[in-house]
Amino acid sequence: MDLHKLSLSKQLEGLKKGDFTSTELTSHYLNRISELDGQLNSFITVTEDQALSQAKAADDRYKTNNNFFLDGLPIAHKDIFCTKGVLTTCGSKMLSNFEAPYSSTVYEKLDKNGMVMLGKTNMDEFAMGSSNETSYFGPVKNPWNIEYVPGGSSGGSASCVSAELAPIATATDTGGSIRQPASLCGLTGIKPTYGRVSRYGMIAFASSLDQGGVIAKSAEDAALILEAMSGHDPKDSTSLKLDQPDLTNNLNNPIKGMKIGLPKEFFEKEMAPYVLKSIEEAIEVYKSLGAEIVEISLGNINLSLPIYYIIAPAECSANLSRYDGVRYGYRCEDPKDIEDLFMRTREEGFGAEVKRRILIGTYALSAGYYDAFYLKAQKCRQLVANDFSEAFKSVDVILSPTTPGTSFKSGEKTNDPVEMYLQDIFTIPANLAGLPGLSIPCGEHNGLPLGMQLVGNSLEEGKLLQFAHSFQSNTDWHMKMPNI
Amino acid sequence: MKNYSEDWEAVIGLEIHVQLSTKSKLFSGASTDFGALPNTQACNIDLAMPGVLPVLNEEVLKMAVKLGKALNAEINSPTSFARKNYFYPDSPKGYQISQMDKPIVENGYLDIETENGGKRIGVTRAHLEEDAGKSLHDDFEGQSGIDLNRAGTPLLEIVSEPEINTPEEAVAYLKSIHSIIRYLEISDGNMAEGSMRCDANVSVRKIGEEKLGTRTETKNVNSFRFVEKAIQYEIERQIHEIESGNKITQETRLYDSQANTTRPMRSKEFANDYRYFPEPDLLPVNLEKEFIEEVLKTMPEMPTEKKERFVSEFSLSQYDADLLAADKDIAEFFEEVTKVSNSPKLSANWIMGELSAELNNENLNIKESKVSSNKLGQLISRIEDGTISGKIAKDIFEKIWTTGKEVDDIIKEEGLEQVTDDQEIESMIDEVIENNPQQLEQYRSGKDRLFGFFVGQVMKASQGKANPRQVNDILKSKLEK
Repeated sequence: MDLHKLSLSKQLEGLKKGDFTSTELTSHYLNRISELDGQLNSFITVTEDQALSQAKAADDRYKTNNNFFLDGLPIAHKDIFCTKGVLTTCGSKMLSNFEAPYSSTVYEKLDKNGMVMLGKTNMDEFAMGSSNETSYFGPVKNPWNIEYVPGGSSGGSASCVSAELAPIATATDTGGSIRQPASLCGLTGIKPTYGRVSRYGMIAFASSLDQGGVIAKSAEDAALILEAMSGHDPKDSTSLKLDQPDLTNNLNNPIKGMKIGLPKEFFEKEMAPYVLKSIEEAIEVYKSLGAEIVEISLGNINLSLPIYYIIAPAECSANLSRYDGVRYGYRCEDPKDIEDLFMRTREEGFGAEVKRRILIGTYALSAGYYDAFYLKAQKCRQLVANDFSEAFKSVDVILSPTTPGTSFKSGEKTNDPVEMYLQDIFTIPANLAGLPGLSIPCGEHNGLPLGMQLVGNSLEEGKLLQFAHSFQSNTDWHMKMPNI
Repeated sequence: MKNYSEDWEAVIGLEIHVQLSTKSKLFSGASTDFGALPNTQACNIDLAMPGVLPVLNEEVLKMAVKLGKALNAEINSPTSFARKNYFYPDSPKGYQISQMDKPIVENGYLDIETENGGKRIGVTRAHLEEDAGKSLHDDFEGQSGIDLNRAGTPLLEIVSEPEINTPEEAVAYLKSIHSIIRYLEISDGNMAEGSMRCDANVSVRKIGEEKLGTRTETKNVNSFRFVEKAIQYEIERQIHEIESGNKITQETRLYDSQANTTRPMRSKEFANDYRYFPEPDLLPVNLEKEFIEEVLKTMPEMPTEKKERFVSEFSLSQYDADLLAADKDIAEFFEEVTKVSNSPKLSANWIMGELSAELNNENLNIKESKVSSNKLGQLISRIEDGTISGKIAKDIFEKIWTTGKEVDDIIKEEGLEQVTDDQEIESMIDEVIENNPQQLEQYRSGKDRLFGFFVGQVMKASQGKANPRQVNDILKSKLEK
């Protein structure tokens, strides 16, 4: 049986009914990983023994009818989530030897629900990148065409779900790191409202922007797991004081009469004709389902990229200061003194993109520049957020492409950081405003998938998933899988 | 060195770090106890493990609100945290969580008293921040060790306006802060253990000059006396430098108490740019009106209030009241003694005299006194009711100190009651006069100062027990005959 072809809810149903065991399901994925991941490099660590023992425990619980809510379902975790006793590298040489002494809240929540960890997925170093080419553990390949990138920074999570080496994977999104790889790999990826998912144990890149979420094969699958990941965490002071939201029960509600906003600032820009065509077709689908299309304006949206490239590096410059070779992680050989230890450890332990961002951030915060850069960026960030608040007075969701185009070839943009940064032009605004955003497949070009983005009002990830599910109930873009 | 005070004026501002006596750390649940084995009180958060996040210990908010009230200051709401970035091995995150734009306490003042009278010193701000760990340089050959037990311990940094002009004022201000934090029970204020640390910013200028001179910062001076001496030294050094035609370098200096000098630590010209920015892991904290009101209900009577009450209620002198009220434990001891003795003035004298000498002798604090407040009160009441003389009381005090016995038991066992019977005293006096005919002769022929000799002889004959006033009266009348 091709177990990997089943949706998560079908897999759960099969486990409950005893059609197959978690051990069988888990072994099936482990086999696919060992067979296929050699060409993709989507995993940094495969936790085979741990997975099989978790699966066995789940099977035992089924036997005694003591099973948990998601018992025995396999999942892959982005290697940014700390997992106790397991290598947690964040894609960096700096943490290439780091076994976390504790587990992230996200891991714990899913573990308590009985989910089986297959392994830790590859990613851009410290989640900085849009092509998964900055990882210390080598680049990740796009299963649709291994000459192409899977996107980033959650490239490993997208690649392994796309190749069906895992039914679903956790991921994180600071400026598009869930939605952009989901778009380039033909998947459904959702970043919830800032504060919905605990950041405790999720290695920090830019604290005010980072948010955990999932990359899945459908909105239905994503809803199931995101729901279990969400909820207030007293260990994260920025976590919203709200209970776990209900994301699954309203999936099938009709969207008839609801309003979709199209930001004119996005559509006025030159857009690749194939992108525009796919988006227009998607809009037609929504129209046919009874949604109303409204043109809206997000007047300050064009400021998003420069704002992001001040705030994210500024926060990262401080967040990454703890990697000094003193307490854990990489340490340079034979340091002369403490200065030498700091300097060479960081010189040798960080890759070029991480260093670039630390430098930008340090500069933006330095005396005499703080007001002109960081403070101004924070003020502009508020303007962008205000534009969204205004827009959501008249629309339910905002629709745009997720990315400027389909995937690009490995190495194509590595020497031009600004060109690489433009990958996130559509996704960054939602991070700045702390809003939920998702990407779902809506077309393809030259054999590569393309996604559209839906951004919702604060706390309305349920509505976003409802929009995504109704699209997926009437189209089959999300059913297309690469031949690998 | 010559007396500088004629042409020069010093401008001093103090930064006082007060370690708050919470059970757990500012942003983690680890214990703050002093003296544990290295790194046994540092959890994942204190170690700055990847992915950990700070959670504010709300106990510190209450402590800061109380301090704000005691310093007549404003409480900021919302109050927010900021990151102060610098690399140092005992600073695990590579930044310190502190406060910048919205410190919890702002714009207060403190009234101090010195020999030259009263003065109001402005308090610019008091902000919350986390302490660093400690580097240990002597324990490992050729290497340094790091103990992160202290990392994350809550501190309040109290920053004064540069309105202090003499070392004496600096010490008065520092003692006043010390007294306040002890009264509020927010810190033990132990300078030797580092739970209260003082940095002094000092500059000098010619009297009458508007412009401030270049300042130096003298760090971590760990006793009141050293603060006074360090500032004194630094003022004189700066005047000497300037008068010798040199310039003052803006720098951080360390006080060397052995040599009584300060020496440069690092130059601020190459100082860190701390790159402060708002801490994104902590939301600004709103202090609701109700919360503040609840906290203020728990405010104890403060030193100045207590002092004023001692003056009005017990008719103590300003000086005595000030001394007693400065330390919460001493003030409480005094009130307990007075309750039993019914004599505030005598109680004050005994506490500041005999008791304080004995405590100093054995290096004890008043809570460790071997004579309890109750016993001291009884002892004083026996003086008041004439049972014993003040002199005998001192002997009894010594006995209680060493044996812990009850006052009345000692008096009874040793027959120390004062002799107040006129006849008995008279017969003792008669005997003395009889035995000293020569002195009597001399006295009667005009040598008045021999009166003291007769008093002494009578007291000696009574083994000190005769009531001195009665001895005086009766002796006078007998000698005049």
